[in-house]
Amino acid sequence: MDPLIIAGRRFKSRLLVGTGKFSSNAAMVAAMESSGCEIVTVALRRVDIDNPADSLLAHIDREKYLLLPNTSGARDAVEAVRLARLARAAGCEPWVKLEVTPDPYYLLPDPIETFKAAEILVKEGFTVLPYINADPVLAKRLQEIGTATVMPLGAPIGTNKGLKTREQIAIIIEQAIVPVVVDAGLGAPSHAAEAMEMGADCVLVNTALAVAGNPAAMAAAFRKGVEAGREAFLAGLGETRRQAEASSPLTGFLHD
Amino acid sequence: MTITVNGKPKELDAPTTVAALLESLGLDTARVALELNREILPRAEFVDRILTNGDTLEIVQFVGGG
Repeated sequence: MDPLIIAGRRFKSRLLVGTGKFSSNAAMVAAMESSGCEIVTVALRRVDIDNPADSLLAHIDREKYLLLPNTSGARDAVEAVRLARLARAAGCEPWVKLEVTPDPYYLLPDPIETFKAAEILVKEGFTVLPYINADPVLAKRLQEIGTATVMPLGAPIGTNKGLKTREQIAIIIEQAIVPVVVDAGLGAPSHAAEAMEMGADCVLVNTALAVAGNPAAMAAAFRKGVEAGREAFLAGLGETRRQAEASSPLTGFLHD
Repeated sequence: MTITVNGKPKELDAPTTVAALLESLGLDTARVALELNREILPRAEFVDRILTNGDTLEIVQFVGGG
């Protein structure tokens, strides 16, 4: 597959994987490996002082995977910026999935707080990957201030509904000057393939893998879906038509 | 003296460095990030910074997330 380039850095895989919700670290690692991913998202939370758990980092090979910390938990720009800076202090490269989702019911990203935080973080030298609703105008504004990608949702986080926002995503892709990462709501490899066929540069999946009967097998399936979608996009998809057009010749019939 | 760690009060018998506190809590300094009184404390300062009465610490780590 042709390489993915984000902020000047090349990747072979167009599938990004989230590390949340897995039933075990073993399941998470197996899914990461089967997916072929090179970028994984993580979150930042308070250590439970009374019961410090096994560190997630003990299970993730930093040579193999680029850690992309998210700012989940942030209710506004101030909290998002604080989390991004903490992640960098914890030893991450200055990449951040900017996620400001104050509404706990739909987890939709707040566009205003996201934009405010993006302005600050870009100025501080972060490589900013903003999670947004599939709003083409917001996507354009974020690219103009220097985010490394835009990450429009297909459907709310964890819903597995696929590309409910496909018309808007298509507009974002058409107008984008940075890679477009379809992130959230992808529930099946066919959804990932569809996003790639539309011209998305990559996709991010978490829930669909974590809740699958067999996460590693599902990750392998998603890998194939992303590859198939990208290959189809590069091969040049045929147009849709309203009326039929025969596939077999219209002459030389066995009747007159 | 009393400090606050992740929202909960903690008694310290004697002046303690941040590094020593983390060790006593069984935490690997390479795997956490810290805010001391709402300012990020760089890792290089953990060994030298001595905690004082009323200090507030936030200790965070990476966890699974999408």
